[in-house]
Amino acid sequence: MTDFTQLGVKAIRDGVAGGDFTAREVAEVFNGAVEAAAELNAFIVATPDHALAAADKVDAARAAGAELGPMAGVPIGMKDLFATNGVQTTAASHMLEGFVPPYESTVSQKLWDAGAGMLGKLNLDQFAMGSSNETSYFGPVKSPWKAEGSNATLTSGGSSGGSSAAVAARLCPAATGTDTGGSIRQPCAITGTTGIKPTYGRCSRWGIVAFASSLDQAGPMSRSVEDCAIMLGAMAGFDPKDSTSLDAPVPDWAGALNADLKGKKIGIPREYRMDGMDEEILASWQAGKEWLRDAGAEIVDVSLPHTKYALPAYYIVAPAEASSNLARYDGVRYGLRDLPEGAGLQDMYAATRADGFGDEVKRRIIIGTYVLSAGFYDAYYTQAMKVRTLVQQDFHKAFAECDAILAPTTPTPAFPLEEMNSDPLAMYLNDVFAVPASLAGLPAMSVPATLTAKGLPLGLQVIGKPMDEQQVLDVGLAIEQRAGFTAQPEKWW
Amino acid sequence: MSNYRIQGATGEWEVVIGLEVHAQVTSKAKLFSGASTAFGAEPNTQVSLVDAAMPGMLPVPNRECIRQAVRTGMAIEAQINKWSRFDRKNYFYADLPQGYQISQLYHPLVGEGQLVIEADEKAGIPEDKVIRIERIHVEQDAGKLMHDQHPTMSYVDLNRTGVALMEIVSRPDMTSPAEAGAYIRKLRSILRYVGSCDGNMEEGSMRADVNVSVRKVGDTELGTRTETKNVNSVRFVMQAIEHEVQRQIDVIEDGGQIVQETRLFDPGTGTTRSMRSKEDAHDYRYFPDPDLLPLELDDAFLDDCRASLPELPDAKRARYENELGLTPYNARELTAEVETFARFETLLAATAAGIGKPEKDVATAVANWSLSVAPGVVKALGDEADMANATAEAQAAILDMQAKGEISGGQAKEIYEIVLKTGRDPNEIADTEGLKQVSDTGAIETAIDAIIAANGDKVEEYRGGKDKLFGFFVGQTMKAMQGKANPAVVNQILKDKLG
Amino acid sequence: MSVTREQVAKIASLARIQMGEQELDHMVPELNKILDWVEQLGEVDTSSVEPMTAVIPQALRLRDDVVDADPHTAGGRRDDVLANAPVAEHGFYGVPKVIE
Ligand SMILES: [Mg+2]
Ligand SMILES: [Zn+2]
Repeated sequence: MTDFTQLGVKAIRDGVAGGDFTAREVAEVFNGAVEAAAELNAFIVATPDHALAAADKVDAARAAGAELGPMAGVPIGMKDLFATNGVQTTAASHMLEGFVPPYESTVSQKLWDAGAGMLGKLNLDQFAMGSSNETSYFGPVKSPWKAEGSNATLTSGGSSGGSSAAVAARLCPAATGTDTGGSIRQPCAITGTTGIKPTYGRCSRWGIVAFASSLDQAGPMSRSVEDCAIMLGAMAGFDPKDSTSLDAPVPDWAGALNADLKGKKIGIPREYRMDGMDEEILASWQAGKEWLRDAGAEIVDVSLPHTKYALPAYYIVAPAEASSNLARYDGVRYGLRDLPEGAGLQDMYAATRADGFGDEVKRRIIIGTYVLSAGFYDAYYTQAMKVRTLVQQDFHKAFAECDAILAPTTPTPAFPLEEMNSDPLAMYLNDVFAVPASLAGLPAMSVPATLTAKGLPLGLQVIGKPMDEQQVLDVGLAIEQRAGFTAQPEKWW
Repeated sequence: MSNYRIQGATGEWEVVIGLEVHAQVTSKAKLFSGASTAFGAEPNTQVSLVDAAMPGMLPVPNRECIRQAVRTGMAIEAQINKWSRFDRKNYFYADLPQGYQISQLYHPLVGEGQLVIEADEKAGIPEDKVIRIERIHVEQDAGKLMHDQHPTMSYVDLNRTGVALMEIVSRPDMTSPAEAGAYIRKLRSILRYVGSCDGNMEEGSMRADVNVSVRKVGDTELGTRTETKNVNSVRFVMQAIEHEVQRQIDVIEDGGQIVQETRLFDPGTGTTRSMRSKEDAHDYRYFPDPDLLPLELDDAFLDDCRASLPELPDAKRARYENELGLTPYNARELTAEVETFARFETLLAATAAGIGKPEKDVATAVANWSLSVAPGVVKALGDEADMANATAEAQAAILDMQAKGEISGGQAKEIYEIVLKTGRDPNEIADTEGLKQVSDTGAIETAIDAIIAANGDKVEEYRGGKDKLFGFFVGQTMKAMQGKANPAVVNQILKDKLG
Repeated sequence: MSVTREQVAKIASLARIQMGEQELDHMVPELNKILDWVEQLGEVDTSSVEPMTAVIPQALRLRDDVVDADPHTAGGRRDDVLANAPVAEHGFYGVPKVIE
């Protein structure tokens, strides 16, 4: 009989719909896989009952001949940044440990309505701030991957590191992620998984614990372009509760997938070729160009002149917004309260926030508070928002000459835990290729390309025009079909 | 220029006052959430997940709040900014769940405007004065803290959190407590005319932050100002200014310095004191709220706002004087409050219609009735008066009879008294209670003939030129008619018969 | 431009994050390293550039003035808003006594 853990979203959905197996059988197998993988620390809490209940509903609906949703019978992992009604939602922080929302995020609700079930809440970098999952209050996620000839524990990336690890380790066919400055794409790239960050505003932010409001976007993480297209279709859509939500119809991305790129132009941004760049990254980028040429596309050089300023601009804008978004964690209405003997209100705030936030969160709140403070606002924040305009204009000009952009997703493959967490700045540089698209609000995805000599996955990034997820997915599919990436981590957990 | 001066030990001081008025916008739901704005509900029963700033909650603006702020801006002849934006004002306090207030600093909805406070000699305002208004911006109200419910804790009620406020910021154009009082009264009147705020200061619908500084007469430099927060009545605003002015002068004359600070007004003592909870130097770290987009208004929206504006206080007052011929005093009194002019205009219309004359011909009578006669009767009756009976129809009927000479002014009062007590019909009262004047010349002539016959000597004296005796004949006639004769008719017949 | 220990301490208190001496010891150099790095934005000539106001250009939508139109953003759910409160009494949130 089939090993359900090897099946993706579409295979499970179609198998359930076709009666080859029941949703409950699938849910039980994945519940087992999650339970057996505690070693990876990918989940903060498992919710087997949620998965079973959703599966039973689907099986019952099918028995009754009712129409099944696009995710019917598919158990998924939910990044613990999405508020889930009645299920602890922590953002991987001590601050929100034990917080049980009386509400459901729009995106997770849409997935349940589409027939999906929840295997558990996935680990992440605290408040989605980090690129290695090491800032989680609940401990780092361990990547299922290991480099050949080494037993070092590797990072699964961040901030959606629980999601990437769980999908790569076949603990779930797909998971939700959020991407503020690469938090879907970077973890996908270094775990051999596939994920897309849609155009800013495609997925409602309502009910997602906010990091940086003008950058946060939810997206799917899975093991194929088609599965991402299916799941994104279920997640996206206008939400009147989010003022930045795009009031636009959701196309049938999965139905329109087309890997034939004849007549399409793919831009190669010359500024992404940085000195001292990893040879294997360059090689995978080169391979990507050939695959796309083979798919019928014309490869053209494009220029994104302000690329080198994107990351520093991001590290002003994101912390500034975060410093304000995280002000609500004050120990009054929910979450941690630390009230020292005889402390007043303001002392309570300071103690609670000192205790409830981890070092990286504090670091970013301090940076954000500093760049917004009197006398520095224009020099830092206003200048950063102007640079952001320039970065967006760069893309706009580039897209006059091409239909999509191909670039590496990350500057390196997965690195061992603790290797970088002593140097915040070095850690930030992981997102150097991911951040520009985030600043411009553009759809961008990461697709597995190759393995390094040491057997570690590398991903390629496809960046598209605003609202043109279809083009991004089509290019991604063309790469997927030619990369033939089938490698899986060897089970050691 | 007001002549308000304070004599200090070192010389004469003058005062510079600016007011930031927070006016609660009249809307059913909050500015960024669907929770109700109704006053006086059980604690935290009108709090949405958004108002409680639960993780992942987002703001979506209420059109009505924007509309009312725009209409208010138009009412003070202000420039309306078709492109504005919401900013976050960041600070930590228990009444501020988000840790920031969504407000407008860099691009407010309403720009430069103005209003006029009327001359008031008694109050030391020699002539009408224009007070410039710098801006009106829309922002969230905060919650309420209760300090007296528990020995060691303050309790937090978020019902008011997120209710829409207009912050109306004046220029420092006021130079006396009286001008500040007049400004708030005028602003309140405009807001209530427009309907953008109920102006209920007791319920906190209008609160003023009072910025005061003093300087030596003749100085051009502004002194250091203090801001006294949330003063919630016209009287308190004037008290706060008086106290703050004296305090500042004393400090300076004792060789001290005024610190720019936030102060609190104590209605009990009429004094102000430094606000401990706002001690730490303000650094609000304003920046555009990334959860919201720029607010762009189109012409259709603005046209709708303008079209929905009522006649405003100044225009109405002018019309009452110029078109209805009312005295400036009556015009001012009748236009001060929305309820007053509403009642007046209904009664005026009913009366004019009843008598079949244009409004301007009866306006003065109706104004006197509304401002002095009717209130007088009500006052005299006290609890006996059932105001439910004080309908426009009844009052119009009385004014109608009086205009037609059927009843005298005294009778009008008597009839209204009965109306208020019983709700009976004025005409029916006039008939059954014998409260009508006799205009039947026959009856009057008979009475007059009798009086002339009985007073031959006085008739001679009168005809001999002792004109003032005319009053005697009038008195005698009225006496004979038990005061119910129509004075006009009596005079006419007497003139004819005495020649 | 680099931040002093005093500045960091002041910013930390502005952000209401209690910070001990040891924490400041490592926070100050870390911040300066990051700030030195972001300073490079100063090189960019932005004299003729507008700061970004909306990531994807669109107008702000306004909702109708209807109470409790959508249960997700409605009032009248006191138990829900108090459910996670560290201290809630008599329908209020409780905080250490504030002297205004
Ligand atoms: Mg103010
Ligand atoms: Zn204000």
